[in-house]
Amino acid sequence: MDDVLGLCRELLEDEEYPTLRRWREAGGTVAGHFQVYFPEEIAHAAGMLPFKVRGAPVEPTQADSRFGSYLCSVVKTSLELVLTRRVELDLFVTHPICDAARNLAAVWGRNFTYPCQILYLPQNANSAHAAEYLRGEYDRLRRTVEAVAGRPVTDDDLRRSLAVFNANRALLRELYALKRDAPWQVAVDEAYALTAVGGMLPREEHNALLRAILPLLRARPVRRRDKIRVVFEGGFCEQPPLDLLRAIGRSCDVVDDDLMIGLRWILEDVPVDGDPLAALAHAYLERSSYSPVQHDLRKPKEEMLLARIRAAGAQAAIVTAAKMCEPGLEEQVAYTRALEHAHVPFFVSEFEENMTSFEQLEVQLETFVENLLFD
Amino acid sequence: MDDGALASPLVGRGNADGARLFREWFAELQAAADAGRPSAYVFVMGSLAELLRTFDLPVVFPEINSLQTAVRRVAHEYLNEAEDHGYSPDICGYVKADVATQLRGGALPMGRIPKPAIAVLTNACNTYIKWAEIWERMYRVPTVVLDVPGTRADGTQTWPGDPDFENDRRYVEHQIRELIPVLERVSGRAFDIDRLREAMGHASTLGRTWKRALELNRSRPSVFNALSDGTIYLGVANGFRGAPEGAAYFTDLVEELEYKSAHGIGTLTHEQSRLIFVGVPCYPIFRRFTEMFTELGGTFVASSYLQFASGGANLGYEYDARRPIESLAEGVLIGTRDAMDSMFYQTTMLSGMIDDFAADGIVYHPIKSCRTVSTGLADSRRALLAARDVPSLFIESDMMDRRVVSEAQLKNRIDAFFEGLASRRAQAAARAVPAS
Repeated sequence: MDDVLGLCRELLEDEEYPTLRRWREAGGTVAGHFQVYFPEEIAHAAGMLPFKVRGAPVEPTQADSRFGSYLCSVVKTSLELVLTRRVELDLFVTHPICDAARNLAAVWGRNFTYPCQILYLPQNANSAHAAEYLRGEYDRLRRTVEAVAGRPVTDDDLRRSLAVFNANRALLRELYALKRDAPWQVAVDEAYALTAVGGMLPREEHNALLRAILPLLRARPVRRRDKIRVVFEGGFCEQPPLDLLRAIGRSCDVVDDDLMIGLRWILEDVPVDGDPLAALAHAYLERSSYSPVQHDLRKPKEEMLLARIRAAGAQAAIVTAAKMCEPGLEEQVAYTRALEHAHVPFFVSEFEENMTSFEQLEVQLETFVENLLFD
Repeated sequence: MDDGALASPLVGRGNADGARLFREWFAELQAAADAGRPSAYVFVMGSLAELLRTFDLPVVFPEINSLQTAVRRVAHEYLNEAEDHGYSPDICGYVKADVATQLRGGALPMGRIPKPAIAVLTNACNTYIKWAEIWERMYRVPTVVLDVPGTRADGTQTWPGDPDFENDRRYVEHQIRELIPVLERVSGRAFDIDRLREAMGHASTLGRTWKRALELNRSRPSVFNALSDGTIYLGVANGFRGAPEGAAYFTDLVEELEYKSAHGIGTLTHEQSRLIFVGVPCYPIFRRFTEMFTELGGTFVASSYLQFASGGANLGYEYDARRPIESLAEGVLIGTRDAMDSMFYQTTMLSGMIDDFAADGIVYHPIKSCRTVSTGLADSRRALLAARDVPSLFIESDMMDRRVVSEAQLKNRIDAFFEGLASRRAQAAARAVPAS
């Protein structure tokens, strides 16, 4: 089990992206999709490997000259990966999640000849017509994917992919349930590594990995330790370094979080009968999580955070934002006000995927935890 | 140029009338605030002002209010207040100035604005959505996102009749139909489709004349400065969209600009360099910023700002009053999409502008506050310079925050740019002289 966890960590930090390389060497095509959510089933149904573009802890030496100064790191390092050919794609899709990310289709398109586009996920989730619109948008994406993959994508292909991803989401729910119910069995950085590798592996392999490791994690002979139970919020797009999560895990049990929330966006199985694109569109809108980059009057973000804290039985929250992340920084104000009002202790911080020093943050967090323990 | 022509009352009328309309607009907002009347908060890209006017809702443009605090050199007070309230120095300055405005009960240097009864916003800028969520929390008022899908990839715009366009158009139309009963509830007024037809007629006139005004700056010398004069025109284009005053203003403006063009009356006495501006103006030193160019004989003949910040009115889209809602949806979709294209996919557009306006150079001005506009500008410039031999200047500052505006550094860069332009002109002149 430790070897598997170590391998997952290595995969996440390997700048050569061996799973993508292996896939392409075997003649496969890769659909890169920027954070947060992407209907990976559509690319999968065409036989493509969906790859979650989420930046990397690399220096954006080439990408820097393509961007302005006041930007988050993930936007720059994502482009750096493709400019330096560490990652090679056949299709790139971004989303209007924020003002920076929505520029990526244009920037990418000026630098590469493969299709680079925006998938317009609905920003008016409360319109009665949003699901029908999104079904049409998914159909447009299906045609793009067919052209890139060079094969048709039938409804049956999509249904088979829905089943694979339903299984994946169910396994991730199991992993998160374990983290919530017995956090000493799986640390936050371990759960993160197990989840995040799903964004770079064929999903069938990820399912096999999770099926194998979940029983091992449950049976892990570790002593129960009672730490402060916290929810980590702010990892919906740019990802904190693994070492930062490890540092947090040393003083807290992270019992829920929004890390790589796009892979866990849909909360229930998507029906595999009927129109698969309509089912996928409906699930995006009606059976989904929340994030600062989706506006839905039914999901006020601060109330959703409080609900997440309650559901996880957490005692406190770590409210973070990536540096220069406008939606994350704006949401921090609402989150902290709501937490204050609800008398939930919270720790506020910013991070960057490239950061390498965690001592100061760890000391501050330990002080926060001690205050809670001795309050 | 005929000196007598300069004495015509037409010359300078647009700027004077624009200033007057602005004062009247803010007086109306102050009156609405004093009377506690409901208002609609909207944004410049896809304001739907033509629809909102039919419910007698005064329209408040927080972007315009915020930039006014910078022009009047008090933005730092507002920014500091919002930052003390928890907002990061790294988020949009417009948002922070508005937060402080709301905390001050709507007080602005130009007067007091009313509280929102509703906010209507598009997704043309994602910060619009986060911004409206602040009002949602402050005032518990309806915030309605009019989701307008943009161009998916450069050069792939679809048009009426294409199934993908129709999917987008139906979505926008449904949202407008869903918005109408909300507006009826908020305003207490029944929807009147004939009033909408009338407002759409005014918006069509405004669009047609705005397009013509922009075209007229192809004249040599150019008849207005797209940065300074253009911003006045832009304010009227947004604040009076769908109103008879807006239609009349631009009809008059075209008359003035046609006159100036016919009589060779330029915005500069000695126009030497015709420039294109890309980005958002430097409002904290607005007048000085323009002067740094005009003092050296440079004028801005066109700008991407006059396109995206007018919500795509530059297209001159004309509504079909026989099918008002369908046509409104189509016009908002095409216009807002074009506004987004002017920010994200502007390389081809700029290349066309260089020819159309006989431009000598391009000035890129990305700003800290606005990632929508600024994220891709360096790459867009790289792509344009690979395709065209055109001098360009890339200077960064901000539209609100004077802490990141260094006038001396800007001036050094601008002076060096003009030296390059002069040298280029000299080389061109030398090449034009036949060898003896």
